[in-house]
Amino acid sequence: MPKRYAIHTKPVPHRFKAITPSGIIAWEEGCLKCAVCVKKRCVYKVYEQRSLDSRQMVDSIDNQCMNCLRCVQGCPKELIHKSSNPEFKSMGDTHWTPDIIARLWYQAETGKIPVSGAGYPGPFSGPGFDAMWTDMSEIVRPTRDGIHGREYISTAVDLGKTPRHLVFNDQGELVSHVPEVVDVPIPILMRIPSFGSISEETIRGWAMAAKRLGTFLSLPSSLVKKNLSSYRSHLMPRLPEGRLKSGRGFKGYRLVELSWTEDWDERLQTVRKHLPLALICVHLPMEKGVRRKALALARAGVSIIHLEATHGGRALDDESTTMKDVLRAVHRTLIDEGIRDEMTLLASGGIAMAEHVAKAMLCGADAVVIDFPILVALECRMCRRCAAGLSCPVEIDKAPPVWVASRVYNLFGAFYNQLLEVMGAMGIRDARRLRGEVGRAMFFEELDGPVFGSLGEVKEGYELE
Amino acid sequence: MNLNDHKVPEVVNTPSRFRNPIGKYRLSRSKECIACGKCVEVCPYGVHEKKRGRVVTRNAYRCTGPDCASPCTKECPVNALSLRKNPTFDTMGDFRWTPDLLASTWHMAETGRVPPGGLEYRTGASDGGFDKLRLVLPLSGKDQPVEDGEVDVSVDLNRRQDHAHRVKIEVPFYGGGMSYGSVSITTMLSRIKAASALGTFCCTGEGGYPDELKPYDDHVITQVATGLFGVREETIKRVKIVEFKYAQGAKPGLGGHLLGDKVTPGVARMREAVVGFPLFSPFPFHSVYSVEDHKKHVDWIKAINSQALVSVKVSTPTDVDMVAVGSYYAGAHIIHLDGSYGGTGAAPDIAKKNIAMPIEYALPKVHRFLMEEGVRDKITVIASGGIRTAHDVAKIIALGADAVCTGTADLVALECIRCHNCESGRGCARGIATTDAELMNLIDLEWGTQRIINLFLAWRKELVRILKRLGMKSVRELVGRTDCLVHLDYMGKKASSA
Repeated sequence: MPKRYAIHTKPVPHRFKAITPSGIIAWEEGCLKCAVCVKKRCVYKVYEQRSLDSRQMVDSIDNQCMNCLRCVQGCPKELIHKSSNPEFKSMGDTHWTPDIIARLWYQAETGKIPVSGAGYPGPFSGPGFDAMWTDMSEIVRPTRDGIHGREYISTAVDLGKTPRHLVFNDQGELVSHVPEVVDVPIPILMRIPSFGSISEETIRGWAMAAKRLGTFLSLPSSLVKKNLSSYRSHLMPRLPEGRLKSGRGFKGYRLVELSWTEDWDERLQTVRKHLPLALICVHLPMEKGVRRKALALARAGVSIIHLEATHGGRALDDESTTMKDVLRAVHRTLIDEGIRDEMTLLASGGIAMAEHVAKAMLCGADAVVIDFPILVALECRMCRRCAAGLSCPVEIDKAPPVWVASRVYNLFGAFYNQLLEVMGAMGIRDARRLRGEVGRAMFFEELDGPVFGSLGEVKEGYELE
Repeated sequence: MNLNDHKVPEVVNTPSRFRNPIGKYRLSRSKECIACGKCVEVCPYGVHEKKRGRVVTRNAYRCTGPDCASPCTKECPVNALSLRKNPTFDTMGDFRWTPDLLASTWHMAETGRVPPGGLEYRTGASDGGFDKLRLVLPLSGKDQPVEDGEVDVSVDLNRRQDHAHRVKIEVPFYGGGMSYGSVSITTMLSRIKAASALGTFCCTGEGGYPDELKPYDDHVITQVATGLFGVREETIKRVKIVEFKYAQGAKPGLGGHLLGDKVTPGVARMREAVVGFPLFSPFPFHSVYSVEDHKKHVDWIKAINSQALVSVKVSTPTDVDMVAVGSYYAGAHIIHLDGSYGGTGAAPDIAKKNIAMPIEYALPKVHRFLMEEGVRDKITVIASGGIRTAHDVAKIIALGADAVCTGTADLVALECIRCHNCESGRGCARGIATTDAELMNLIDLEWGTQRIINLFLAWRKELVRILKRLGMKSVRELVGRTDCLVHLDYMGKKASSA
């Protein structure tokens, strides 16, 4: 087996105090000054370790509290309370929920996968990827010594075309043309988020992480500055609109991106002429006609199509259509036309958790491209002050590139290990086989109706409880 | 042992072990109070107390807020009392276990009765499955003439009618496996003593069979799981039911993992392992790759203890119906489906949320398939993983289960607040899921036992009430009666909600 891919994470502390779901309120007035105060008996020693963050003037106490409520329930004068933090609740939006944001912070800080006790606390299902479950196998194991064993699960995928078959001559020599493919060890690429307090240094940090991880960072070619020259092999520049006059300035890239325009065919020809060695990826927004356009691109021999959803994982022109639906439809169309293997599908927009990576792949993507997670990894609170021209509360633009790279590296480490968990449960040991494997997925639409659809009748003289 | 002579245990009022129980509302008393005692007099719940000429608000946690029929805030002649929501209340719980469900479970564990008002004690807020299903009952007042004593909520577990024990549980639930090590010995004993009093069972989980459990052998299910921790010939011989754990709902397809911190000398001895080293329970049974292999396992148990009932615990993959039928043909008496929303130990969040299907889908699927195969009446179907209330029990039985397994509810009765930090540091700060000597002492065995008994007596009472309204004399009549359920998303337009 080829050398095993590994992401060696180590804790990378945050620069600012995080916003917590709830806070401690402790009144001094009326305190009995008990000999052994409940605060002294805190199991987690929260009250002893509290400090004041001089930069933000924030008490550290809420960040350490583990919500056991022992002090709340023990104080004889009931002077200690916990209270929900409205600032936490108002973070993000309906897709990038406070919970998702906080969990991304945790993963970027620790490099660990989120683990908790006491069962699943969330909603039954939800829109998009929340309306699907991954399957498990009661007895089949992908490897013989566990998901972290010597016989490992591979998360590598290929970007580019896979030949349908190989042709050999009488002498046993390969005569068919084997197209160029780019191998990435993890099916997650990055791109610059659509907003954020992003500086050149931030981008350099992301490029460093991409190189260290062996993956790619997609960015508009206008953002490719001199300080990125040593990361060229792991950048995926998006070429400017209009026809490419020459290949100058774009040598050395293995992948380049083109935006979808009506004259894409012409532009494609010029890029092919000037950059014969690069694999070309065409951006295609998830909107009406996406199947037709994807098919046209695939027939024209475009080796990578990057399907792009809104930052909430929806179609650009229809809020009710989610990435899950578009991916399944495009994947299906390409299979029906018999050309699915001749190209690679990337998906971006709204990928917020590790589970979205596996689910997007089950729906038909070969790999995903993440954007906001690499920003949230840098403590972004999605407050959008930057979009309004205001300063960033966590000064992302001033973060040193090495810190940026390490946080993103940790995030990938956590995503990677979660991918192994679900693949292990599914009995799949090669990420290439995740693509379109709906037999290992369960969908709300296919389960809920058949089970509950007939439970709609309430007879006269009956009531509900 | 003759279970037919079972006597239903008594409720003994068992208040919170903490000084300030958490309630939904807070009552503040201003300086205006003239200590007239009016509030003491009007409050039906004993919230206020008269003490040495003063009136104090002692048990604000019992206040039902706006649901109260004679609110003290209105009756107070000097308007000294004001009611507001307790800010701490909303920081607890989650979609599945809402603050209301936590507080109502505590109320039941204290009093043995459902809360008188103020709390939604029947459903959570997960917006699907159980929380969108409602029982369809004849309008009240039209109850069928069934007396309380006539309603039978017991369930026979041996439906194969073979030479194994004819085990009957007196209530349609028993305690799911929680290992010695993941919870304290006091928690374990509280559950088992309560099970014994209630005439049902409790599973040891995969962590050995501590000697302290010996007096309750007839109410113990011992688990044989993939790590084979604590499994000995002698422990298999001791019990009436042996459970094979193939998978668990919280981490289907993944193995168990006890962190090194929790492997104390006691735990290590029990599991025949080394102190301080993490213990992995692999997935799956490496000796089982087919139904035939599984049959060998069942035969192995039967060779050691020929009268033992064999239960097979699996999680809920797409092909769960095939697994269930396979288990039946391999000789199992009980097929136990563990859905993905339960579980008490630590598990990756990605697994808990995504892997395998919810129990509400899996159970009807299995029930239907066993019916089609013509073997449904030969095997007992147990559902677990997210059973929080008596209403959940009734709903899943109506979907096709014979009985259920509980786990989290037991812990909530012991005042778990679901902070989800069972595994951090010394373990549960509230002394439930810990092996830390100091924290363990936070729970008194008698207190814990009675709290669990009280909770399940309240559940039992609710089930009897529901069955009576349905005109049923036995919980067995409810099995698979999907016509007693309605799903709010599919409810016909002309139907009205109560």
